[in-house]
Amino acid sequence: MSKTTNLTRRDFIKVVSVAGGGLVLGFYLPSQEESLASESRAAAAFEPNVWLKIDQEGFVTITVARTELGQGVRTALPMIVAEELEADWSKVRIAPALADPTKYGSMNTGGSTSVRQSWEPLRKAGATAREMLITAAAQTWNVERTACRAEKGLVIHIPSGRKFAYGQLVETAAQLPVPTEVSLKDPKDFRLLGKSIPRLDVPEKVYGSAIFGFDMKVPNMLVAMVERCPVFGGKLKSFDASKALAIKGVRQVIEIPSGVAVVADSTWAAMQGRAALAVTWDEGPNAGLDSASIHKMFEEKSQQDGKIVRQEGDAASALATALKKLEAVYEVPFLAHAPMEPMNCIADVRQDTAEIWAPTQAPQWAQSAVAQVVNLPLEKIKLHTTLVGGGFGRRLMPDFVVEATHISKAIGAPVKVVWTREDDMHHDFYRPASYHRFEAGIDKNGQVTVWKHHLVAPSISAQLFGAGEQQGNPDAVDGAAQIPYTIPNILVDYVMANTAVPAGWWRSVYNTQNAFVNESFMDEIADAVGADPYELRRRLLPEGSRLRGVLELVANKAGWGKPAVTGRSRGIACHFCFGSYFAEVAEVSVDNAGNVRVHKVVVALDCGPIVHPDLIHSQVEGAIALGLSAALKGEITIDKGRVVQSNFDDYPLLTLEEMPKVEVHILPSTEKQGGIGEPGLPPIAPAVCNAIFAATGKRIRRLPIRAEDLKRSF
Amino acid sequence: MPATTLTVNGKKHFVEVSAGTPLLWVLRDTLGLTGTKFSCGRGLCGSCTVHVDGEATRSCVLTIEDVKGKKITTIEGLAANKKHPLVAAWIAEEVPQCGYCQPGQIMQAAALLKQKPHPTDADIDAIMSTVLCRCGTYLRIRRAIHRAAKEGGGK
Repeated sequence: MSKTTNLTRRDFIKVVSVAGGGLVLGFYLPSQEESLASESRAAAAFEPNVWLKIDQEGFVTITVARTELGQGVRTALPMIVAEELEADWSKVRIAPALADPTKYGSMNTGGSTSVRQSWEPLRKAGATAREMLITAAAQTWNVERTACRAEKGLVIHIPSGRKFAYGQLVETAAQLPVPTEVSLKDPKDFRLLGKSIPRLDVPEKVYGSAIFGFDMKVPNMLVAMVERCPVFGGKLKSFDASKALAIKGVRQVIEIPSGVAVVADSTWAAMQGRAALAVTWDEGPNAGLDSASIHKMFEEKSQQDGKIVRQEGDAASALATALKKLEAVYEVPFLAHAPMEPMNCIADVRQDTAEIWAPTQAPQWAQSAVAQVVNLPLEKIKLHTTLVGGGFGRRLMPDFVVEATHISKAIGAPVKVVWTREDDMHHDFYRPASYHRFEAGIDKNGQVTVWKHHLVAPSISAQLFGAGEQQGNPDAVDGAAQIPYTIPNILVDYVMANTAVPAGWWRSVYNTQNAFVNESFMDEIADAVGADPYELRRRLLPEGSRLRGVLELVANKAGWGKPAVTGRSRGIACHFCFGSYFAEVAEVSVDNAGNVRVHKVVVALDCGPIVHPDLIHSQVEGAIALGLSAALKGEITIDKGRVVQSNFDDYPLLTLEEMPKVEVHILPSTEKQGGIGEPGLPPIAPAVCNAIFAATGKRIRRLPIRAEDLKRSF
Repeated sequence: MPATTLTVNGKKHFVEVSAGTPLLWVLRDTLGLTGTKFSCGRGLCGSCTVHVDGEATRSCVLTIEDVKGKKITTIEGLAANKKHPLVAAWIAEEVPQCGYCQPGQIMQAAALLKQKPHPTDADIDAIMSTVLCRCGTYLRIRRAIHRAAKEGGGK
């Protein structure tokens, strides 16, 4: 017990339930972490909290206020509480939280924030409960509390060896005042934290008994599918439901704000009913929109001066006097999230309440969106967060929840709205496309003197919440403004270029585009000055910096500088985002037809104190897979105002045979804790593209990587 | 709506659904077996994989007529044996992330092991690349299949 933490008035700790139910503590803790991610910037200003409940049998129920997306929060967050509580892990249970506007702080699962925002408050939560249990035991035995300690769900009186199980102490503990100061454990005494204990959600996911949103059922539930205008911004003109209504099992066809809903007894009847609809759309002002016109708009905007987001030295004059100048334009496409579980939601809207079951990453946003539709106060909206079959940022948006609410409200019955893969692909909030103009200057000594990055992209927050957001720090420059290299003259500026294509947060958000372009252009500079790409980066990163630490580690582990397996080439990239530092080396080969094979990826990372190493490994493996899907295949294109791709045949995902070996090295660190869900993703595209350059001499400046750009001519 | 007889996980069911109903929706909506997942609806991703007379098949593109009188096994049937080598291996390797595709992965892997009790990496590539995972659990799927093979998962 080395560290003492003062709980301030702002902590608002309360004992909220006493009689019979055991010890229940609610913690309302403010943020200690500045929002790094765009999504958290848009979120409410509260912080995570925890509820822990110990019953008389000694079972500890820990309420998890974040969404389990596969990243393991339903294991990691309880571990943090259990560690300080000195709980018996086998007696820990979890309960997903109902949406609440204030009780838990932000419930958003985005921005790789779940663990790092919960670390302090959850430790305090566990420690406070532990201290109260120790006091309860000491009072009962009438001994000094310093003669007692807690261990594995027991309080032990050290001199006599007497023991109380936590369950025996809960009633006494619940009568005690909540301490304002608690000691947190010395990390060297951690029993759970830092260990890869089995995840709690794995067995049911293997048995097929895990219930995702799509699998949920409530009594008397109907199923609905919605036909939506394929053109962004289009409106319903008219529809003929007669053929749909003739299908057995179809109950009703109704108009809702997002389109025409077919309500039926079963999913298949709803699908058939929807297929039988005849709908006429007013395609609106975007009917002529296509990828070429968006590209042209970006290009035109790139001629304008942007809002300066980073300025050091005088880039213009330094460029004028540079011995050598480099210029490059990079382009990155729109992407869909395409989680395996399509959007869905159950709504049961009654006269003065609404109950919702939603696979959402943002229960509070969903709750408030529902409240607006049904015109009821938030406390009348009971919103359950289900297990989620993949999120990647898509499920921060409440559109599918709103849809279910409208339908249930209109028909006066519980209903599950389900989307098909095509619905999902055509009505996503896409990772924005972007356009980047770079210039670099090199002096007579071969030193990099100028870094200029002129960025053109839609702003997610401006498109979703209005341009006001742009008065502050534009979201699109995340990962671009923070260029980590020591270069005397830096200019990063941004031109907002919004489109009618809905924009959303896609795992690691703008860091996907900006790490790709930054780290590719840095490789171009290395080539221009004849430097080794690793050595140049290392030289330009401050000595002792965490990013340099992971860069050195990855180079060492990947055998940088030593020959690769015959036929393979290596590329390196590093990036900081969401509080964590990542460096990656990709080993790649390119065949004569231009096909790229990624054989191996070595990753080094520094995310500060660790909860569960295997969760870090699996998140990094996942980030590499998603990043490779994007780099090698991912592209959403627009034609006639609509998305061209519709399913996994024209929007292919990485397959098992294409998955490289992934080696993950965690740099032990007691520095500030960072996130882990997202930051592994940004470096993979540039690492692969830099390896392609090493293999072929061809520079990839637009994603996805295309075989035709790499085909060897004989 | 004619009644059709199906044998699912060793149990006979008489189901009355309209002609052409995909097996997937019969399993999920009619029989309540929601372990088999809907994702692409076109046989492109494998999330809905079940065994029909022992063969791994995409249940989203099979109709009720296609499976009349046939023996169907879903994840619930396979995992009824918690000691099944694939079930044990999937848990030991902590394969799932979101978990949505995993029933399909396991059903495909079970069919693979039946054909090739000791598959090579190339065998795994050839068969398992037809089942998509967006979370990127592929390396663990490969490890779990090798582990299950060692434990006699093909039997």
